[in-house]
Amino acid sequence: MWNERIFSFLMGCSLIIILAAGGTGCANDGPRQQREREFAIDIPEDALEDIARVKKVFYSLPSPLETAMILKSSGAVYNEDLLNPVANSTGYHTNKSMALNLGIYLTDLSYASLFDQTQTSMDYMEAARRLADNLGILDAFDSHTIERLEENINNREVIMDVISETFMNSSSFLQENNREPVAALMLAGGWIEGLYLALNQVEDDDLDNNRLAGMIIDKKLSLDILMMMLDDNDHNTDVAGLIVEIEKIEEIFSKIDIVSSPIDVTHSEDGSVSVLRSSSETKLTREVFRQLKSAVSNLRESFVS
Amino acid sequence: MRRLFVYIFFSAILLGLSVNAEAQCKGFARRICKLELENFIHDGNYHAAILTEGEEAELFKTFYSDQDYRIAICGYDVLPDIEFKVMDIQRNVLYNNRDNDYKTTWDFRLESSQQLTISVKVLSSNPAGEEPLSGCVAILFGLTDR
Repeated sequence: MWNERIFSFLMGCSLIIILAAGGTGCANDGPRQQREREFAIDIPEDALEDIARVKKVFYSLPSPLETAMILKSSGAVYNEDLLNPVANSTGYHTNKSMALNLGIYLTDLSYASLFDQTQTSMDYMEAARRLADNLGILDAFDSHTIERLEENINNREVIMDVISETFMNSSSFLQENNREPVAALMLAGGWIEGLYLALNQVEDDDLDNNRLAGMIIDKKLSLDILMMMLDDNDHNTDVAGLIVEIEKIEEIFSKIDIVSSPIDVTHSEDGSVSVLRSSSETKLTREVFRQLKSAVSNLRESFVS
Repeated sequence: MRRLFVYIFFSAILLGLSVNAEAQCKGFARRICKLELENFIHDGNYHAAILTEGEEAELFKTFYSDQDYRIAICGYDVLPDIEFKVMDIQRNVLYNNRDNDYKTTWDFRLESSQQLTISVKVLSSNPAGEEPLSGCVAILFGLTDR
């Protein structure tokens, strides 16, 4: 029997659910979970209080395109043997494996594109599209996207724009449809792939003054953000499982200290760009590098196999 | 029974409005905000939300050394100015667009990689008692291919 109370209750619940869904569509509103970590970079207590007062919080990880651009500018070379073979793309059937490998394929696609590997780029776009389709991500890889890529296969600028648009469509679709855990898994897959590609381009006897080694160390900074993003989605069993796996990587990273001097803001000589001047002291030992390479390779292997 | 129909009807409308607002936000980010990146390449990350006057958002991101970045913050035309600050890990303010007439972009590079926080606030312009304005606010990042 429908009476006033039941009706009002249902209307109230609907409003709450819809408003909550709208709020989480773009951001994570819940309180940050405090996890004890032995990190060199700790956010001060008063800073945490400030953060708690603001309503919406975003965590931004390096996108596949940014990861590939940083890899290239750090001196990486192209090595196709490091990529996850496209043939594997038909073998992923769980949400977790599809999301992780979508992130991996998008990073591989970006990496191949930046090194002008046209056919490989097309193959990896197709592999990524297959996984996006299977995850129910609509319109991220429509026929127009594929056509634009085919027509401009030798125009790197357009290719980067297509990759950027495809990644934006995928992540925004997942956010808008309250599938943040899947988006977090996709980002985690891309993050691991970027680290894997960097680790496999550096020899353990060439770590000093090596820009790629520097990029590996810098991954510690974004690992902090990755863990906060995963923590916000730990109600999902796939994400909760991944947190346990990535904590092993985090433990190894905790052996690397990053000590930065205060930032001084100046301007470039032509005045067009602000320059954030600071120095940082870091040390990646051969032993820690080996541990990291082994742990990341094992984790990545568990994703792609 | 009539009430059941009314309930379903209003629920469908509210859900539709919510999803539509999100979709419009993405369209705004892609069609309007992305233009602010000009010659910088959009990294592909999408951060946008419906914010109301006086409301704030914060974003955490790692920026890499020797890379040129542009931050672009844009909101619907109906919204008042949007203030954005860039802070280091200790929350020392490195840049505040208030000092630059609320300019919507900022170009910078770092000598060493840093985790930075971008704080965004929609300023209040409406007199007390009036309904505060809401609209989509997007934060996009561009970088250069070096």
